[in-house]
Amino acid sequence: MSTDSARRAPLLGAGLAGLLVLVVVLAFLSLTQGSRDIAFGDAMHALLTLQSGDTMDGTVTLELRVPRTILGVVVGAALGLSGAVLQGVTRNPLADPGIMGINAGAALFVVVAIAWLGITDVQGYVWFGMAGALVATVIVYTIASLGREGATPVKLALAGVAVTAGFGSVTSAVMVTRTDVLDQIRFWQVGSLAGRYEPVVLGVAPFLAVGIIAALACGRTLNGLALGEDSARGLGIDVRRARWATFAVVTLLAGASTAACGPIVFVGLVIPHLARFVCGPDYRWILPYSLALGPVVLLLADVVGRVVARPGEVQVGVLLCVLGAPAFIAVVRWGRLAEL
Amino acid sequence: MSARTDTPARQQAGQPSTLDALRAVRRSRWRRGLLVTAALGLLALGLCVVTLVVGSFRLSLAEVFGSVTHLVDDPAVDFIVRELRLPVAVSALCVGAALGASGTIFQQLLRNPLASPDFVGVSAGASVAAVAGIVLFNASSLTTCLLALGGAVAGSLLMYVLAWRDGVSGYRFILIGIGVAATFEGITGYLLTRATVFDAREAIHWLTGTVGRADDAQQYTLAAALVVLLPVAVALQRQLRLLELGDDTARGLGGRTELAKVGLIALAVLLIALATAAAGPIAFVALVAGPLAQRLLGPAAGGVLPAALVGAALLLGADLVATQLLPVALPTGVVTGALGAPYLVWLLATANREGQGG
Repeated sequence: MSTDSARRAPLLGAGLAGLLVLVVVLAFLSLTQGSRDIAFGDAMHALLTLQSGDTMDGTVTLELRVPRTILGVVVGAALGLSGAVLQGVTRNPLADPGIMGINAGAALFVVVAIAWLGITDVQGYVWFGMAGALVATVIVYTIASLGREGATPVKLALAGVAVTAGFGSVTSAVMVTRTDVLDQIRFWQVGSLAGRYEPVVLGVAPFLAVGIIAALACGRTLNGLALGEDSARGLGIDVRRARWATFAVVTLLAGASTAACGPIVFVGLVIPHLARFVCGPDYRWILPYSLALGPVVLLLADVVGRVVARPGEVQVGVLLCVLGAPAFIAVVRWGRLAEL
Repeated sequence: MSARTDTPARQQAGQPSTLDALRAVRRSRWRRGLLVTAALGLLALGLCVVTLVVGSFRLSLAEVFGSVTHLVDDPAVDFIVRELRLPVAVSALCVGAALGASGTIFQQLLRNPLASPDFVGVSAGASVAAVAGIVLFNASSLTTCLLALGGAVAGSLLMYVLAWRDGVSGYRFILIGIGVAATFEGITGYLLTRATVFDAREAIHWLTGTVGRADDAQQYTLAAALVVLLPVAVALQRQLRLLELGDDTARGLGGRTELAKVGLIALAVLLIALATAAAGPIAFVALVAGPLAQRLLGPAAGGVLPAALVGAALLLGADLVATQLLPVALPTGVVTGALGAPYLVWLLATANREGQGG
């Protein structure tokens, strides 16, 4: 495996560089395309001078599209990485932040914040989303660790489903009784990059940055865990500690992303499969590829969502469900998914 | 084990009669199965009676009995019993039974405890159609019901077609089901954002699932379907058990596996679709009923009937909790979802060998 990787390293490196260029191109598209047509020159002018020039175009570019694009890049990277790390540590090709109860935890806390603490804007409930994701993950991991053999992949998935159901039913109890809460959360719940201003981006960016760096450092550990518990131990990996640490990284990444954008499904599930398809089983390559592929998919979906339904827009979460799920089904049908 | 033997050949060989021991075991299993089924039936019936008796206006058993059997005519009591409580009790009974039976057929067929219809896209198909009806066309409750029925059937057909490749394997079916469900859920979420708050609230209410909302015609349909489909399901149990051994073994034993699978899936889909149309997608009853019945039956083979009865009892109990015990009356689905979580935790904590299943 290692000699094979070494031989393919230049090729894979070139591919990665290409992907990063693609991210930059898509980021420019995201800045200039949308329900409002802004000339490339005007957008560039606003960007370079950092002054809106008192025009509507400049204001839209700087205050709406820049935060949105940054969020798309960072959250895409974070979701792709969190999926890859989670699939690696649970050795489960279906693992996805949504399945692990993270979305349900964030949703419950956001609902509570809206219903009883009177918090009404995204800037306010970012923190509650983070806290909810954290609480849900701790509960899921603790439940899954019950019993002799510790947190096995199947038990983690079941515990995630259980926590999702429990939290979900409390959330819907609140939504059924409180119309005002429902009115707010239904927009948060589909997952969107729109309307997240500077404070949201600045709020979650540090967490995402730390998480991304930590996730990229997990490659060797994940490679070890992929060989199975016993072999990992033989390689000198403390399996229990490695699981906790990687789980903490996933919480950081998925929690902060969900808090900022709402639950965006399928990026975390599908990106690692794409990456694995290109680079094989070596997590030292899968992780950077997931990092680059996440923003590509998210920015692309976001731009398409803005363009297809002018003057309105389709939220990126919806678009990913509607386009991502058939892609996922296609992958399952071709039968390449079971290999991990 | 048993000293009494009536197979001379075995006796001559000086061995304990295996055949007799087998028979004894089978008999005791059968007895246990009968006992458990009867007890579950009584439990469901008892919960029905409780549903009829309790409420903001408490009735006596005699009053309820008189009204249900049309022996006593008291307009006030008749109104409460026949118009308000009996529909809820009957609906919870039928919907719960349909969910339980459908869930256990799915789980046994696909050999996976997570293969409940709530996970694999049937409920999601019903939901997206019903929500579209409520949000886009202001559909009446009957139209919503029909749409849900159509959505469930369409969703499962789609899933079956997509999962088909030289037969349907359990793992692929579940994966594809999750994918189909996610697509539908995405569309449902989008529809909710486009709706007025009023419509969205109605849609969320429908999505949570509640019993006692269906009108008489819907209930009769569901009840009639149960009367026809449950015996068919019980009759097909032999096929189910054959399939449990795995596709190859079943084929070797002469089972026409694909035909049996199609029939059983159609049966299960019809049951879950009717139940969802009548009450909305009620979480977890379908997932939980089969394994719970299995635990009660012990070594006796899991039957469709006990699972249906467990489902009925669960839903009746959940509805009592939702409407009587909670400070605010909530949709039944809120309670079943909240009950489902601890159940799964218990499953995880106690069953440490099921960890390999996946």
